[in-house]
Amino acid sequence: MWTSVLIAVVVLLALAVVFGGLLGFAAERFRVEGNPLVDEIDALLPQTQCGQCGYPGCRPYAESIADGGPINKCPPGGEGTIKALADLLDVEPEPLDAEHGVEQVKRVAVIREDECIGCTKCIQACPVDAILGAAKHMHTVIESECTGCDLCVDPCPVDCIDMVTVEPDIRSWTWTPPRPGVIATDRQGASA
Amino acid sequence: MTQLWDFSGGIHPAEHKEISTARPIRAAGLPERLVLPLQQHIGEPTEALVAVGDRVLKGQKIADVPSGTGVPVHAPTSGVIESIADLPVPHPSGMTDRCLVLKPDGEDRWQSRQPIPDYRSLDRDQVLQVIRDAGIAGMGGAGFPTNIKLRPPRDRKVGTLILNGAECEPYITADDMTMREKADRVVAGLKIMAWILRPERCVIGIEDNKPEAIAALRQAIEGTQTEIAVIPTKYPSGGEKQLIQILTGMEVPSGGIPADIGVMCQNIGTAVAVANAVLDGSPLISRVVTITGDAVRQPGNFEALIGTPIEYLLEQAEVDQSAVSRLVLGGPMMGYTLTTEAVPVVKTTNCVIAATAEELPAPPPEQPCIRCGQCAEACPMELLPQQLFWHAKATEFEKAEHLNLFDCIECGACSYVCPSSIPLVQYYRFAKGEIRIQRAEQIKADRARERFEARQARLEREQQEKELRRKERAQAAAEAQAKKAAEAEKAAESSEAGDERAAKAALVEQALARKKAKAEAARPEEPAQAPAEEAPDIEALEKQLTQARAKLETMQGMLDEAKAQQADNVDKLERAVAKNHDRVQRAEAALSEAKQSQAGQQAESQTTQ
Amino acid sequence: MAFVQQSSPHAHRARPTSRVMMWVMIAALPGLLAQTLFFGWGNLINVVFCIAVAIGSEAALLALRKKPVGFFIRDNTAAVTGLLLGLSLPQFTPWWVSAVAVISAIVVAKQLYGGLGSNPFNPAMVGYALVLVSFPVAMTTNWAEPATLWGGAPGFGDTLAAIASGQQTAVDGWTMATPLDEYKHKIATHTASEVLVHPTFGDGVARGWEWVNAGFLAGGLLLIGLRIISWHIPVGFLAGLAVMSLAFGSNADLYAPLSLHMLAGGTMLGAFFIATDPVSAATSHQGKLIYGAGIGILIYLIRTWGNYPDAVAFSVLLMNFAVPFIDHYTPPRTYGHHKARRGVPGSQG
Repeated sequence: MWTSVLIAVVVLLALAVVFGGLLGFAAERFRVEGNPLVDEIDALLPQTQCGQCGYPGCRPYAESIADGGPINKCPPGGEGTIKALADLLDVEPEPLDAEHGVEQVKRVAVIREDECIGCTKCIQACPVDAILGAAKHMHTVIESECTGCDLCVDPCPVDCIDMVTVEPDIRSWTWTPPRPGVIATDRQGASA
Repeated sequence: MTQLWDFSGGIHPAEHKEISTARPIRAAGLPERLVLPLQQHIGEPTEALVAVGDRVLKGQKIADVPSGTGVPVHAPTSGVIESIADLPVPHPSGMTDRCLVLKPDGEDRWQSRQPIPDYRSLDRDQVLQVIRDAGIAGMGGAGFPTNIKLRPPRDRKVGTLILNGAECEPYITADDMTMREKADRVVAGLKIMAWILRPERCVIGIEDNKPEAIAALRQAIEGTQTEIAVIPTKYPSGGEKQLIQILTGMEVPSGGIPADIGVMCQNIGTAVAVANAVLDGSPLISRVVTITGDAVRQPGNFEALIGTPIEYLLEQAEVDQSAVSRLVLGGPMMGYTLTTEAVPVVKTTNCVIAATAEELPAPPPEQPCIRCGQCAEACPMELLPQQLFWHAKATEFEKAEHLNLFDCIECGACSYVCPSSIPLVQYYRFAKGEIRIQRAEQIKADRARERFEARQARLEREQQEKELRRKERAQAAAEAQAKKAAEAEKAAESSEAGDERAAKAALVEQALARKKAKAEAARPEEPAQAPAEEAPDIEALEKQLTQARAKLETMQGMLDEAKAQQADNVDKLERAVAKNHDRVQRAEAALSEAKQSQAGQQAESQTTQ
Repeated sequence: MAFVQQSSPHAHRARPTSRVMMWVMIAALPGLLAQTLFFGWGNLINVVFCIAVAIGSEAALLALRKKPVGFFIRDNTAAVTGLLLGLSLPQFTPWWVSAVAVISAIVVAKQLYGGLGSNPFNPAMVGYALVLVSFPVAMTTNWAEPATLWGGAPGFGDTLAAIASGQQTAVDGWTMATPLDEYKHKIATHTASEVLVHPTFGDGVARGWEWVNAGFLAGGLLLIGLRIISWHIPVGFLAGLAVMSLAFGSNADLYAPLSLHMLAGGTMLGAFFIATDPVSAATSHQGKLIYGAGIGILIYLIRTWGNYPDAVAFSVLLMNFAVPFIDHYTPPRTYGHHKARRGVPGSQG
C-alpha cells in the first residue's frame, strides 16, 4: 500500500517539477516587452497639457493613473478618453469628474493682435510653445499647434486672447450616424 | 473575344437608363450666372487669379493651385467676375465653399488657343503639362488630377490601359451618350493617353446594355489595336477595382493603386476632355450631364458649362417643381442628396436625378439585423457588412478597421439588398469619418506631446544654466570675500577691525529683515482664506481681486516704464491700464457686495438661532 | 422646395424581412400538406395553435419590454417560429406541451436575449428541446400512425378533442412509433428485414414520412430558387448526414440505412427550414457549409448512438454554440488582400 502512495507522491512531484519548469521557461521565453504602462496611458491622453486634471501636463497625469489614480479627470479628452483608458486598464469607465471642468467643443486661442502689448506672458504660459512673438512685439498663435488649453488666457494683462470654437467646414465635415428611427421610440418607451 | 472574369457579389438594380437616352445630347445654353467653386478636384484648393470686376475671356485661367496637387479652373465663357463668395457647392454636407461668380457677357469670346494636332512630336511631359493646364481632373466622380494619374511612379509600368465605359449606375447615361455621339473624340483621347503611357493593351470596357455605344465605338476603333470588352451588366461593374477584376482577373492590392499591378482606368469624359485639350487647345469648361428622373418632362443629356446652376439645367429639362421629392446628384446608388438647386455643375457632376416620391421612396424604418448574410453575398469587395455594421454602430472603430472597413467602396449594394433596410453605407461612412478624425487628432496629440516635452527639456536646460551661473557667481563672490577677508584680517592686524565687523553684522541683519518682510508680504492671502472657507464665493472674489490688482500693478509699471522711454505703445498701455482699473473696481464692488450679503445672512441665521 | 436628405443608396430592393418570412411560410406549405394528408389533422391544428401562441407571447413580451408591438409583429418572425414548432411537434401533442414549447421559444430563447436578431440559439429548437426533455412521454407517444386522410386518419373533430384534452388514452389507437424510433430499438435484437415489416415503414422507405420530407425538400428548393436561403447550409447538412451514414451504416442489420436517414424524421424540415435560421447560423459561405455539416454529423451520431430517435433540435442547438467559433475562423478574404483577417484586434487568432 505504501508503495502506491509513494508512486502517487513521486508522480505528482515529478509533474509539478516538469510543469513548473515549463511555466517558468514560457514566462522567460515569451515575455512581453510591451510599452511601459505610463507610455500607453500617455498615448491615450489628448496632450492638451492644460493641467485641468491638477497635474502639470499629460504625462504626470498618466503617471498618476498608472499608480492607480482616477481616470476621469481629463475634460479635454472627455468620455472618449475615459472609455479608452477604461479599456486599457480593464476598469469600469466613470463619468467625467466635473470638479476638473466639463467636456467642451474643440477651441483654439486667437490673439486680437491690435490689442496685444507684447508682454510675452502668454508665451511663457503656453505648454506647447504655440505662441510666437518677442517682447514689445505683437504675438500670434500658431493655430495648428494650439491645443486649446486656455492657459494663456489668464496671464494676459490686456485680455486680448479669445478662445474660439473650431467651426466644422466643408473639408472637416463627416457623415453622422443614421438617425435612430425605431430605436429612438424604444428609448422613449423604455424611459417612460 | 476578350477573356472576362467575374467579381463576387453585385446586384441588378432597375436601370432606368431609357429615360434619358431618348434624346441626343443638347447644349444647355448660357445661364445668367456661372458659379465656379475653387476646389473641384482632390488636392489643394485653388486660389483665384482674378479680382472682382475683372473681365475674363472664355478659356482663361481664373484660378490655380499655388503649389501641391491640383488643377486650374477656367472661365467657361467670357464675362465679368461678379463676386468671390462662399456659396453652396455640390457636396453631401450641403455646406458652402469659396466660389467665383462669373456673369457672362453673352459674347462667348475665346482667348487664343493652341491646338497641338501633332502631339507626338512633343515631349510626354509637355503633353502632361497641357493636360494639367487644361484643368482636367477625373470626371468619373473622384476628381483626381489626370496629369498626375497619367504619370505613375517610375517603377510602375502600366501594361493595361482601361477606358471605363461600364457606367453601371442606374439612371446615368452621360458616358453612354458621349460614346454614341463622340466616339471619335473618345478614341482620340484614348490614343493620346496610350501614347503617354505606352501600354501593351488598351481596353474599353462597356456593359452589354449599351449596344448603340458599342457599335459606335467599334466603328471608331477600326484600324487600331484597341479592344472593346462587352461585359455583363451587373452593378458595380464600373467600380474601378471591379472593372479591373473583370478585364484582367487581377485585384488591386488593398491600400494600393491600380498602377501597382500595371493597370490604369480612365473615364470616358476624361478621354474626351484630354482630346479637346490637346487637339483643340480647349480647357475643361463644359461636360455632359444627365438630367433625369420622373419629375422632369424632357429628361436627357446636356452639354453644360462648368458652373451652370443645377436649377438652370432642371428648367431646361422642364422640371415639375411640385413633383420633386428628392434631388440626387450622381446615381441612385452612390450619389448624394442636394438640399438646394442652387449648386453648380462641377467637373465631376455626371447626373442629376429629380425623383418623385414614388420613384425613390423614403426607406422604411430600420429593423434589427437578422444576420441573413445577403449583404455579404452582394458585397463586391467580399467584406463582412454585418460585422462592420455592428462595430460601426457600437463605435468600436478599431474592430471595424480590422475587418477592412477602409476597403469598402461605398457602392451601396449591401444597403440595397438589406431586408431590414439598415442604412449600412451611412454607418460605414460615419465610422470612416470618425476614424479619420481620430487619426488626425492622434497626430496632433503626438505633435503636442513632442512640443511639450521639448519645452520641458528647454526649461530644464535653462534652469540648469541659471543654476550654473549662480554657482559661478557664488564661487566668484566667495573667492572675492575670501580675498576681502584676508585683506581685512591683514587690516585688522593693523587697526579698527572691530568696527567694521560690527557694521557687516548689521548689514546682514538688515538683509534678513527685508527677506522676512518680503515673505510675509507674499503670504497675505493665507489669513484671508481662513474666513473664506465658509463662503467660497468670497474666496473666489478675493482671489479675483488680488489677481486684478496684481495685473493693474504690472500694467502701471509697464506704462511708467514706457512713458519714461517714450515708447510708441503708450496709448495702448493706457487703454489697458484703464481696463484693469475698471476690472479692479468691479471686483471690489462684487466682493463688498458678497461680503455684505454674507454678513446679512449671518445676522439672519443668528437671529433664527 | 424641401428635399429629402438621405445617404446613398437611394434605391432599395423591396424585400423586407416580413416578405422573406412570408415566403418561408409559403414554402412550408407542401410539407404541411403532406403531413395533413398522411398523418391527419394534427399538424395543421398544431401549426395554427402554435402560430397564435407565438404571436400572442411575442406581443406580450414586446409590450413588457416597451417596444413598438405592431412594428415587430409585422416582421412575421414570431409566426415562423410558431410554424416550425407546429410542424415538428408530434401530431397529438397535448396543447399545453405545445404552448410551453412556443412560449419558451419566444420568451426565453428570443425576447429575453434581446429580440429579433440577438438570439444566439434557434428559438423554435430551444422550445422543442425543452419539451422533449421535460415531457419525454408526450413527445414520443403522440406520433400519429401513418393513415391517409382518405382512409383511417381520425377526423378533424376527434383530433382537436384529443389535443385539447391531452389524455394519453384518447389517442392510443391512432398513434405509432416513428420509423426512426422503431428501427433504432428493434435493430439491436432483430435483422433489418425483420424490423422493416412494421407498418410504420410501409412499402417504401417510411410510410407518409417520405412524402412529408419530399414536401419540405420542394419548399426548400423554392427558397433557394428565390435566394431567400443559400444552398450552403442544406447541402452541408445533408452531405454531413449522408457521409456519416455511408461511412458507418452500410450494414442495414446494424444501422439505419441512408434512405431512412434522409426521408424519415425531420431531416428535410431541419435542413431547409430550421438550420437555415440566419440569426443563429454561421455567416460566411464556408462557415455555413461547416455549420450545416456539423449538424448533419451530430444528427447521425445522436440518432445512432444517442438516446433520442431524432436529433434535429439538439444538433442545431449544439452547432449554435459553435457559431462564434466558426465565424471567427471562416471570414472571407477581402478583395485586394492576400488572406482573410480573423477575429478582432487584441484576440488571438
